[in-house]
Amino acid sequence: MSTGNPRRPDRPVLVIAAALFALAALIVWQTREMQVAATYARVGPRQFPYVVAAGLAALGVGTVIAALRGSFPEREKEEFGPMAWIVAGLVIQMLILRTAGFSVATGILFALSARGFGRRPVWLSFLIGTVFSFLIWILFARGLQLSLPAGPLERLFF
Amino acid sequence: MDTFVLLAQGLAGAMEPMNLLYALIGVTIGTAVGVLPGIGPALTVALLLPVTYRLDPGGSLIMFAGIYYGGMYGGSTTSILLNTPGESASIITALEGNKMARAGRGGPALATAAIGSFVAGLLATLALAFVAPWVVRFALSLGPADYFALMVLAFVTVSAALGDSALRGLTALFIGLALATVGIDLQTGQARMTFGIPDLLDGIEVTTLAVALFAVGETLKMAASPSAGAEKIEAVKGSVWMSREDWKRSWKPWLRGTLIGFPIGSMPAGGADVASFLSYSAERSFARHPEEFGNGAIEGVAGPEAANNASAAGTLVPLLTLGLPTTATAAIILAAFQQFGLQPGPLLFANNAELVWSLIASLLVANLMLIVLNLPMIGLWVRLLTIPRHWLYAGILSFATLGTIGANPSVFELGLLLAFGLLGYGLRRFDYPIAPVVVGLILGPLAEQQLRRALAIAQGDPVILVSSPVALVLYGIAIVAVLVPLILRLRGRGKVLAQLASDED
Repeated sequence: MSTGNPRRPDRPVLVIAAALFALAALIVWQTREMQVAATYARVGPRQFPYVVAAGLAALGVGTVIAALRGSFPEREKEEFGPMAWIVAGLVIQMLILRTAGFSVATGILFALSARGFGRRPVWLSFLIGTVFSFLIWILFARGLQLSLPAGPLERLFF
Repeated sequence: MDTFVLLAQGLAGAMEPMNLLYALIGVTIGTAVGVLPGIGPALTVALLLPVTYRLDPGGSLIMFAGIYYGGMYGGSTTSILLNTPGESASIITALEGNKMARAGRGGPALATAAIGSFVAGLLATLALAFVAPWVVRFALSLGPADYFALMVLAFVTVSAALGDSALRGLTALFIGLALATVGIDLQTGQARMTFGIPDLLDGIEVTTLAVALFAVGETLKMAASPSAGAEKIEAVKGSVWMSREDWKRSWKPWLRGTLIGFPIGSMPAGGADVASFLSYSAERSFARHPEEFGNGAIEGVAGPEAANNASAAGTLVPLLTLGLPTTATAAIILAAFQQFGLQPGPLLFANNAELVWSLIASLLVANLMLIVLNLPMIGLWVRLLTIPRHWLYAGILSFATLGTIGANPSVFELGLLLAFGLLGYGLRRFDYPIAPVVVGLILGPLAEQQLRRALAIAQGDPVILVSSPVALVLYGIAIVAVLVPLILRLRGRGKVLAQLASDED
């Protein structure tokens, strides 16, 4: 038990339960909004989402019970700093992919992830990552005809 | 006799130079990626799926078969030389194999794992060739209601039967099912759960989800947990060849492992980890020197490793004949078929017989290549294990985004990758299993199709679902599969089940 006290509810698990209820509600709301032809009233596109929503709600109830009983396995304390580096890398790659091209964008992702695992300096990792990604780009975009966005660096050579 | 003819034709197809080349590329990169610590077969096939995007269906599936078998092989190397197995099915191999490596017998441990995998792969792939036509004949007699029951059974066994909590397993499954409702409804053309976003009309890509959950989620988890320290790699000392004594002690476990692994893999009842676990306990009870178990008994490597590979081939039986993926790896292979508009199932054997049989034959070819490739090149694979963690995970992330960009170079798709990656981290943090999410996403729409077809035939009367004997038997098995673990857990035997939990393959 993460709380150490059996009578105190496991708050993060209660958050999970809330998320499950929210997801179920979202599905019900979206499914009601749908315009469905009357022919499909009995067996149509609506029933399955309702079943899934009902299942999620039931599991939400189960999760609340588990949170109150503290029956989730113990969790170790984790650091969020390293995660932030990696998430930042993914976000930056996503945003500059079109303009900077595959190699540079992925080089940044590479460098920031390595930084998340404690590797410094970032500029050196960036150089290594960009060269690595450029080789991947040649292999996949040229060799295997995958459509990977090209940027200034790629256009310099091809 | 039919099977022989078809298999021979398939072999002829698989032996074409281009196909041999595809198989060789497949097993090489499959082994190379599978060897990397922390990467199991499911992640290996998900990461490498984009490599096959631009090939023709035949070549692509042959390469994919090589990747699948190669990934399984690579995982056993990792678990023998490193105490953290790359795949859950290899945990047992790590138990004895790592002890052998520490005692300086890493070479024979790797050899018995490789040869055992070869023997098991060969026998199990032949078994697959002979069993499949029978299952296909049976499958053709099934109605939509029976199919739905079969999928319910698969849902239950994947999510609730194994692992240490039915609640968390089912929650993971329903998250997958919820994601499966996104996109255009196949029967009516109705857009569901798309929130007016055109990118969502095609639904959520299985590969995006799988790569995000396995690769991004795992990387975040590794970065966040302070306790995940570096593991010591055991050097391979001495000869990789097995002594006469090693052979004598290995060949029976190989055969027993195959015998245990194949049926377990072919039932919709869990993956390779169950098989290797059962094989390990069988070997311990058969062993002439049971006291060696726990200190590096070669039988404890030979048996489970064979069982592991035999069940990998067994998994292909329900996948190819019924279109039913029972592991996350199988779910991704199903996605590989779907990208070519092929739907595995009994009709695949009728409409694309040539393709199916050359796929089965190429599994035999891949198996042979692996043993040739693995024993002499072991030194090279070992060097892959020494890649430092920061480069390894940075590389994994680059590759993970490469697959997504290659399939659909849009900001939206990368956003999904990130979102599901965070979901994967959360699932790991709270000990939810990952495989049910992937299986739910891919099997959800298929189950819905069968359910609606069955109900449409009966004009909406739900009694049709329980009115065939086959369906009733399947529901019966499903109920047993839920109740037995529940009772075991209540009686304090949950620990054993937790060990059997399939996290990844």
